[in-house]
Amino acid sequence: MAKITVKGLNLWYADFHALKDVNCLFGQNKITAIIGPSGCGKSTMLRVFNRMNDLIEGVRTEGGVNIDGEEILDNNADLVALRKKVGMVFQRPNPFPLSIYENIVFGERVHAQKVKKDNLERIVQESLKAVLLWDELKDKLKKSALTLSLEQKQRLCIARLIAVKSDILLMDEPCSTLDPQATARIEELMRELKSKYTIIIVTHNMQQAARVSDDTGFMLLGELIEFGRTDDVFTRPKDKRTEDYITGRYG
Amino acid sequence: MERYFDEELQDLNKQILKMGAMAQEAIFKSVEALKNRDNAQAREVISSDNKIDELELVIDERCIDLIARHQPMAGDLRFITTGMKVNAELERIADLAVDIAQRVQILADKPLLKPLIDIPKLSTVAQGMVRDAIDAFINKDAAMARKVALSDSEADRLRNLVQDELTNEYMARDPKTADRAVPLLLIARHLERICDHTTNIAEDVIYMVEAKVVKHHPEQL
Repeated sequence: MAKITVKGLNLWYADFHALKDVNCLFGQNKITAIIGPSGCGKSTMLRVFNRMNDLIEGVRTEGGVNIDGEEILDNNADLVALRKKVGMVFQRPNPFPLSIYENIVFGERVHAQKVKKDNLERIVQESLKAVLLWDELKDKLKKSALTLSLEQKQRLCIARLIAVKSDILLMDEPCSTLDPQATARIEELMRELKSKYTIIIVTHNMQQAARVSDDTGFMLLGELIEFGRTDDVFTRPKDKRTEDYITGRYG
Repeated sequence: MERYFDEELQDLNKQILKMGAMAQEAIFKSVEALKNRDNAQAREVISSDNKIDELELVIDERCIDLIARHQPMAGDLRFITTGMKVNAELERIADLAVDIAQRVQILADKPLLKPLIDIPKLSTVAQGMVRDAIDAFINKDAAMARKVALSDSEADRLRNLVQDELTNEYMARDPKTADRAVPLLLIARHLERICDHTTNIAEDVIYMVEAKVVKHHPEQL
């Protein structure tokens, strides 16, 4: 079942045509990897899904992106609700300079009309459990989030999205600053989260895309060249450009 | 873009070519030993088999090493995994040449039951199939691989001819001929099995080149 439907999506940064007639479906409760060389438009596409590109001057989009029946590119789309629903994890984890506890309840404090302490404690516990940090951090909730390891910070950032009940997680190179063990644990977390969330990951790491994703899209110069089951894309790609890229012949 | 990896894949290609040449030579010599009733040549086939076994291990290790170090994808992955399968099939083919040589040793001191007609024809088919299958692998030639796979029916036909003749014309009429007929029957069987292994190679080559599985689906050839 499609969670996100992209139809005829085009995006320009002023005169630069960054996304060219992109069409694809992102399955619900699936992990989809977007791969491609630097500058191919994969991060731009990711940012379309929570309209973060709107913050860049001169951006213009055409086409449709439908999430759960809502056309998110419409002028009257509710961006606050959209960004709550579609959360983003960045390359470098970016916890707020607050306590672990306050990082997690931050979204709830911003979004909720009336905040109950019991409710906040439940959210902290559930969110940290979901990212497998509860046992490690339950006695350190008042400590600054900036004291955590890189991996813990990245997990905390994911927990922050879970706390505001995002159900689509966008991950832009989420493991690029992590060591192999931490990367493996974040990948394991992604698999755990898949049953409840739809995850889209942008990565330069082909092995990571092959390991964690159900579907893979390959982008080149703003075009979505190939989109399909990860097994197929990595063992029998249909397009020679995909083959050249994933076998390291591109360039 | 040229990659260092391409040189390593080329080296693997050369090793499999060498393995193929050794397997072809083993078949050729085992059948020549039969034609000439040459016990020494049969012994040579048997004693050379350990070199083929050693090369099989070297190629296997090299494939595993390439997978571990380069984590290949797509066509590269299909090439290496097919190389491993072809390697195993060639080793089995060489073992069957040894089996033929052992039957030749049994027959060497006995008079021939009958002139050899269909077994040499079957041997020509088998050697041609092995040669073409190796060429198809080396040149990534799916059309050639298809031709090889389709040749297998001719091998089956010749094996059946040999079997019918030896069973009905000789052993049924005179059971005492069995000690000379059975080794010939087995040789025909070994040659036909060589063709089966070669068909497997051809099917693997089609997968390698076209990413299309035809194994167990002969209608898709």
